[in-house]
Amino acid sequence: MSRYLYSLVVAVVALALAGPAGAQDKPRYGGELIFAVPSEPPSYDAHREETFGVIHPVAPHYNTLLRPDPTDRLATKIVGDLAESWTISKDGRTYTLKLRHGVKFHDGSEMTSKDAKASYDKIIFPPAGVASDRKGEYLDVEAVQAPDPYTIVFRLKWPSGSFLMSLASPWNWIYKADILAKDMRWYETHVMGTGPFIFVDHARGSHWVGKKNPNYWDKGKPYLDGYRAVFIKDSAAQVAAVRGERAHIQFRGFSPAERDSLVQALGPKLTVQESPWDCALLVAMNHEKKPFDDKRVRRALSLALDRYQGSQALSKIAIVKEVAGVQVPGTTYATPPAELEKLAGYGRDIAKSRAEAKRLLKEAGVPDGFAFTFKNRGIPMPYEPVGVWLIDQWRQVGLNVKQDVIEAAKYYAELRGGNFEVAMDFQCGYIVEPDLDLYKFQSKDKSPANYSRYNDTMLDDLYEKQGRATDAEERKKYIREFERRLVDEEAHYLYTLQWHRIIPHSSKVKGWTITPSHYLNNQLDTVWLTE
Amino acid sequence: MTKYIVKRLLLMIPTLLGVAVLIFFLMRIVPGDIVELRFAGESSYAQKETLDTERARLGLDKPIWRQFVEWMGGLVRLDFGTSMWTGAPITEEIRLRFALSLQLAIMATIVAIVLAIPLGVIAALRQDTWVDYVVRIISIAGLATPSFWLGIVFILGLLIVFKWLPPMVYTPFWVDPVQNLAQLIWPALAVGYRYSAVATRMTRSAMLEVLREDYIRTARAKGLWEKLILSRHALKNAMLPVLTVIALEFAFLIGGLVVTEQVFNLNGLGMLFVEAVAHRDYTLTQALVMLVAFVFIFVNFLVDLAYAWLDPRIRFR
Repeated sequence: MSRYLYSLVVAVVALALAGPAGAQDKPRYGGELIFAVPSEPPSYDAHREETFGVIHPVAPHYNTLLRPDPTDRLATKIVGDLAESWTISKDGRTYTLKLRHGVKFHDGSEMTSKDAKASYDKIIFPPAGVASDRKGEYLDVEAVQAPDPYTIVFRLKWPSGSFLMSLASPWNWIYKADILAKDMRWYETHVMGTGPFIFVDHARGSHWVGKKNPNYWDKGKPYLDGYRAVFIKDSAAQVAAVRGERAHIQFRGFSPAERDSLVQALGPKLTVQESPWDCALLVAMNHEKKPFDDKRVRRALSLALDRYQGSQALSKIAIVKEVAGVQVPGTTYATPPAELEKLAGYGRDIAKSRAEAKRLLKEAGVPDGFAFTFKNRGIPMPYEPVGVWLIDQWRQVGLNVKQDVIEAAKYYAELRGGNFEVAMDFQCGYIVEPDLDLYKFQSKDKSPANYSRYNDTMLDDLYEKQGRATDAEERKKYIREFERRLVDEEAHYLYTLQWHRIIPHSSKVKGWTITPSHYLNNQLDTVWLTE
Repeated sequence: MTKYIVKRLLLMIPTLLGVAVLIFFLMRIVPGDIVELRFAGESSYAQKETLDTERARLGLDKPIWRQFVEWMGGLVRLDFGTSMWTGAPITEEIRLRFALSLQLAIMATIVAIVLAIPLGVIAALRQDTWVDYVVRIISIAGLATPSFWLGIVFILGLLIVFKWLPPMVYTPFWVDPVQNLAQLIWPALAVGYRYSAVATRMTRSAMLEVLREDYIRTARAKGLWEKLILSRHALKNAMLPVLTVIALEFAFLIGGLVVTEQVFNLNGLGMLFVEAVAHRDYTLTQALVMLVAFVFIFVNFLVDLAYAWLDPRIRFR
């Protein structure tokens, strides 16, 4: 027991030091970083894929125009990557980015605005037969222009509060224009970037290897000689890999129990970094099924939840923790806790909330003991514990809920087809930006991911307003209104708890800072090993 | 004998055709869509146009009968196409994993044979003595213990006692035998133990049956040397059912070690199979089912040949 306590103390100290430590120490050159990846890239083209299984092993070969500052734990501060500076026109519709000189692709050719334009044209205006997964994120872009080799200009149809962040998307790797001109799908099976590491090998189902780019434009970087991503699907095997020192880190995250077992086993050899995660489990209530077409019933489902007690209990066993609204707690547009408490289901007095829930259910004609089926996704963490918790919470206002756990592939078919009454849904952002986080909640004719299946023009209007507001305070105001309408007044959707990202890693790993998204900070240019 | 072999080979064709038809339509019945899984899973931005483009590229917009004709046409030419999930040729996807799965199956079979046959024979010869009881306890424990659980025990034992973990990445035997064996010996032991339990019990009961046959009594009455009776007359005849058990288990190991592969992070066919089904990768799943079906049918064919060789009555029938 004392050994366990000692280990916990060491981990807490390590946690406290985790961020600044990398900055204080002098980086050391050399070594190979080995990390576990729980998923594998279906193809190598980030423009078309959406799994972190592409980002983690492949991102170190590429650069984006902008990126979130790799030392910023909130990942909301933007810095240049291939762009060294940028300006925004007064009307907010023209973004002009100046590119760095002397940036070379791994084949030795120079990267210019022609390459950046070709890459963004592929993302925003893909030719027929080429899939671009996030094309919908750039509906505001009118044209991409390359007036000279080191300038790229984005002309927008309307001003945008999110466009700068969109240019920092971790998916928007800059490809070589000449290659794209010959074959738009070349990058699905090949790698050719400007990033800090050069591609060496990919053994399908096994591993991915990269080596240091000696001609990297950011002189002095990267620090590592190379990296090796090992594909390990099973979480117990990932834990064993870190514990057996076969892997330094796994960048997605571990559960609290896995963290504790690693802390106990490795003590000071382990550093733990934690952060609110830009992912949340939601509850979709099908507006096309009675009685969930009645907002009193939907509000009652939210009022029944004791989120604060749930946070305390569930954070010990699952990767959820923070009580939050539509934004990651602590970030620019997040609602402060005191204000959040005013929303339905977020109050501290749970007895009062549940009494109100019962009253609303009665008023809506829902009898005591009313039964419905809750469809949950067949993934244990964190869906299973949160599902069990929800059922228990709803039972306390007299609802009798049966859980139906569905295999992942069938789950999407059920949700998209509207074949459910109430179902678990989720939202996971690749960058902390309201446009991304709120997109799915627009009316069903605008957002195919709106599984609650409602139409709400007022919500659509607020979405548009917040997206076009270039003043941060004005944008905040619209986001608050959006949030209030979404989870309180109309209770279209129900937020459970924010995910909580836990990265226990070898203390030898320095220069890496956790962020709220597992899609971010995977370029590895700042990472180094102490031995 | 030649006529017998040709007849058995020809029988393989309708069996494989039946499997091909069954798996094609079963996969289409199962709900789920590879395109939605890939593009509309976590992303809210995936648009219908993107999903339709991808469906057309994968040929999923074609009528089912046409997809079936194309699949069967490819099958006849031994062209399995490309994986819908990775876009890589299916032969390449399978080739990468087949070496590991085959080596593991062979190693586990060796472990099983080395344990099962001596233990089964000794238990039969010492029936109802303490030796028999010990062998029976070992084999029943093997039957009751899932190999993945034993694998977890091995891993934890190695981690806690020796602070060592087997390599996580497969190295072919011809590249580095030490590294290769350091990775595969543990799953081979875990799987081989359970496998040996089945074979031990079969060897014991087959030996007990044979040892009571008239020809064994006759051989003993003639004063034949006991070791010769056991090896030439008893064991050879008792091997017929044991051979079937060993062969079928071997065929199962080629694609059936899903959880053990997960526990040891082995890049084998079992994991590939599960992922292909989970992704609704029709082409890859169909090809893997055909491969496993072929292995089963071929192993059965070899067993039949071995039967014919061991028992002349079969080949003259």
